[in-house]
Amino acid sequence: MFAGLRELRRSGAIRDIRNMIERYDTTMKENPLSFQLKLKPEDFLPATEEEKQSQVIMRESVSFWKDGMRRLRRNKVAMVSLVVIIVVMIFSFIVPSFYPYTYKEQIKGANSLAPMEYSAEEQARIDAGEKVFPHVFGTDKMGRDYAIRVMMGSRISLLVGLVATCIILIIGSAYGSIAAFFGGWVDLVMMRIVDIIYTIPDILLIVLLSMSFKAPLNNLATKPGFHWLSVVGENLISIFVVFALLYWVGMARMVRSQVLMLKESEYVTAARALGVGNGRIIKKHLLTNCIGTLIVTTTLQIPSSIFTESFLSFLGLGVAVPLPSLGSLASDALNGINTYPYLLFIPALLISLIILSFNLLGDGLRDAFDPKLKN
Amino acid sequence: MFKYIVKRILLAVVTIWAVATLTFFLMNLVPGGPFLSEKAISPQAQAALEAKYGLDKPMSQRYVNYMTGALHGDFGDSLKQRGRTVMSIISMKFPVSARVGGISVLVALILGIPLGSIAALKRGKPADSVISVIATCGIAVPSFVICTLLMYFFGVKLGLLPTMGLESAKHYVMPVIALSFYPTAYIMRLMRSSMLDVLGQDYMRTAKAKGLAGGKILFKHALRNAILPVVTYVGPMLAYTITGSFVVEKIFVIPGLGGEFIKAINGRDYTLIMGTTIFLATLVIVMNVVVDIIYKLVDPRIKLK
Amino acid sequence: MGEYLVDVKNERLSFFTPAGEVKALNDVSIRLKEGEVLGIVGESGSGKSVTAYSLMGLTAHPGKLLGGELHFNGHQVETMSEKEIRKIRGNEISIIFQDPMTSLNPVYTIGNQITEVIRLHTDKTKQQAKERARELLELVGINEPEKRLKQYPHELSGGMRQRVMIAIALACEPKLLIADEPTTALDVTIQAQILELMMELKDKLGMAIIMITHDLGVVASMCERIAVMYAGRIIEYGTTDDIFYHPKHEYTKGLIRSIPRLDTKEHERLVPIEGTPVDMLNPPAGCPFAPRCDAAMQICLREMPPVTTFGDVHYTQCWLNQKEEMEKGASHE
Repeated sequence: MFAGLRELRRSGAIRDIRNMIERYDTTMKENPLSFQLKLKPEDFLPATEEEKQSQVIMRESVSFWKDGMRRLRRNKVAMVSLVVIIVVMIFSFIVPSFYPYTYKEQIKGANSLAPMEYSAEEQARIDAGEKVFPHVFGTDKMGRDYAIRVMMGSRISLLVGLVATCIILIIGSAYGSIAAFFGGWVDLVMMRIVDIIYTIPDILLIVLLSMSFKAPLNNLATKPGFHWLSVVGENLISIFVVFALLYWVGMARMVRSQVLMLKESEYVTAARALGVGNGRIIKKHLLTNCIGTLIVTTTLQIPSSIFTESFLSFLGLGVAVPLPSLGSLASDALNGINTYPYLLFIPALLISLIILSFNLLGDGLRDAFDPKLKN
Repeated sequence: MFKYIVKRILLAVVTIWAVATLTFFLMNLVPGGPFLSEKAISPQAQAALEAKYGLDKPMSQRYVNYMTGALHGDFGDSLKQRGRTVMSIISMKFPVSARVGGISVLVALILGIPLGSIAALKRGKPADSVISVIATCGIAVPSFVICTLLMYFFGVKLGLLPTMGLESAKHYVMPVIALSFYPTAYIMRLMRSSMLDVLGQDYMRTAKAKGLAGGKILFKHALRNAILPVVTYVGPMLAYTITGSFVVEKIFVIPGLGGEFIKAINGRDYTLIMGTTIFLATLVIVMNVVVDIIYKLVDPRIKLK
Repeated sequence: MGEYLVDVKNERLSFFTPAGEVKALNDVSIRLKEGEVLGIVGESGSGKSVTAYSLMGLTAHPGKLLGGELHFNGHQVETMSEKEIRKIRGNEISIIFQDPMTSLNPVYTIGNQITEVIRLHTDKTKQQAKERARELLELVGINEPEKRLKQYPHELSGGMRQRVMIAIALACEPKLLIADEPTTALDVTIQAQILELMMELKDKLGMAIIMITHDLGVVASMCERIAVMYAGRIIEYGTTDDIFYHPKHEYTKGLIRSIPRLDTKEHERLVPIEGTPVDMLNPPAGCPFAPRCDAAMQICLREMPPVTTFGDVHYTQCWLNQKEEMEKGASHE
């Protein structure tokens, strides 16, 4: 740099440039549009490559996942929803195990208590100096603590949502990718079946299925080796069967179109042409392009499963007594709506909150990981 | 186009047949037949009943009989409402449900389309935020929650609206709100995103470059394109309205088919359940075909295929 | 002012995006006489379309005109109300877009879309408008115009659709036609046909054309004046001869070197311009081209170069030219 300057000075170039600048200054005065500048001879030295590059502010390139996670974290609505979901999960899966009441326990003389109210007997114990855990949401008309019932209810609702979605995910993606992979008439027949199932009003069939499965499952549960069935509850099982039979079609369609799109996409052809192996193509292209959509669809499937379960339970076709679900809690509370409206509002609002949170989280995930699906 | 219609109708016929068959066999899966619940019944009476309803015949025979009957609109007699055929119950109750459902569909379209469009046009402005929040919540709230909340506040607390029956115009308000809530929210979202999509299209720029006024561009060029996805939703919306009517009719004690269906389930009126299921499924499937064909007619791009 | 059909002076326009201000146009000036053809050349994002669109008052949403004057055919566009501008659009000034596949509304017939603009700007009856539409289709070389009028856009090929777009643009015999990369989305053979058609129509109707393109071959064959844009500035402006035979700016030289030529010798290679286009959100402090310029100097990195003029028309914005001119001046003394 300095060497270069010395070189220039010696060659007399600097003098020329000085003259030049003087001339430049006079032209500047003539040209009012131009701005006044103090030009130095060094200004006309060549710029190095590094100096040039320092002018270019490159946006850092980030990986798909990092970028998506960053966008997700910045999405406040989605993050709040995630927190809500986690809190609800803690209350439904962890808190009940050390809660002082159980969902079946009928406390004597504590029927239909208002929130935070104590029964006469409990009040006597408190007066005697004993500590009694309050009934935060009161009790139902059979004297069961409502808070724990609501927690168990949301546990059931969440379980149904998650398990059903897993079933749908497995069946749907297997069916969809098989159809897309084989193509031809296999695809044609498989997709016609999907079309047929798609146009059947699902709720009607769910009602039918859950009715007719009840008895056979009941029978099965009495046989050795199948006792777990009665633990889970026949209705719950039939709900799962129903989801497994009907609800996967949307997922299958989506996976099929994704796989087909990938099969025909130019970058996969390009990767093939470059000699990239199948495993790597699947890992690199299929996973990064498909998983985003899959995650989003799965997340949005959970609330819709919960929605359906609560609907069935509300109609009395869901989980069996005494097991509560948010839908059946709301249904039971309907009769006492004039006197005990909170028994209805608590599960009703909770189910809306859960569905809303999953929906919003799903929207956030879509915005973060699957810009293609946006709008 | 003709080929498409034929194909669509054929598929619908197959679907209806599949639903009917599935319904028949599922109902016959119930062990002990439909009279199990009535315990105090003599074996003779049981046999007489079974003979009357044709339950003593083999399954295949009963299937053929049932399907031929169903084809002629004969779903047999109701098991619980003595002396009445399933079809007579359906034809009496369905118009009530259809009226409530029809009004709800109209309300959903009339509210959803303009509100969704406004949200898209005012993107990022307060109007958009308000509409989007309402739409998001509307999709998240199950119909039974809306029903019960409406009932509690407007019916019980404020006493503004009647909570039961369907005698006057006032009686329609709550059931229609409850039934149209979800579809309205869904259409708002659909319309918003489809309108946003259309607004970004090149032909909107062309329309502007022609010197057309904003209103003309919106109504002639944007709306016609943006409304197409809503047309495809009309089919699913009908299905939703029918299933939604189960809850709504139960809560508001409306003498419609939805409420009847729930009663039949709780009372194990198997023939009525089967008949209603097949009837409603056929209705939804046929409406889907009609909507699909209408869609092809409105969208010239698909006409030739 | 009267002698120019288009006279844009020092136009400055920015897009205010959530990520920050994007200065899309910086002191852009354009002049065009009636019947002249001006080519605007540049990479995508260099501001060529924005310049033309702003002349029609069609700046997209977060964009805002910050300064400058836009004269067109006796109107001062930047001061006109939306209602007034609408009367010019499609009438005195019209535009053809890049992608004919998406620029026509899919749910209306060709006839509907052509008569729409005729009926908007003239008081022709429905029947007269239809007759005019038929004439226009014939004019742009579409056979069986009667039948085409009843067809939908998706029933026509890309080249045909672009002809329809031209018919719509010419419906009211505009003074100025803006062609925004009219051939980019078309097949090469169709490209030539469309360009030929445009030149033919120009001679027939005597309108001026602003041709926006990144294809130097297109401008060479069609335009009288060329403006080379880079990062929202006109970095070189001149006649077609100036630009092709005496390019002064390093960027223009690079562009010309990158054109394949028939007389290129076998071992000679096309020289691409190295580097990536400017990030318009974070433009460099000095000359925007400096980071990619082989001859960049210290000053180039810090200060935006002033205008250097060569003769009446030809000018550049480059320190190197400035330096050479100064040296020339110095040696004359």
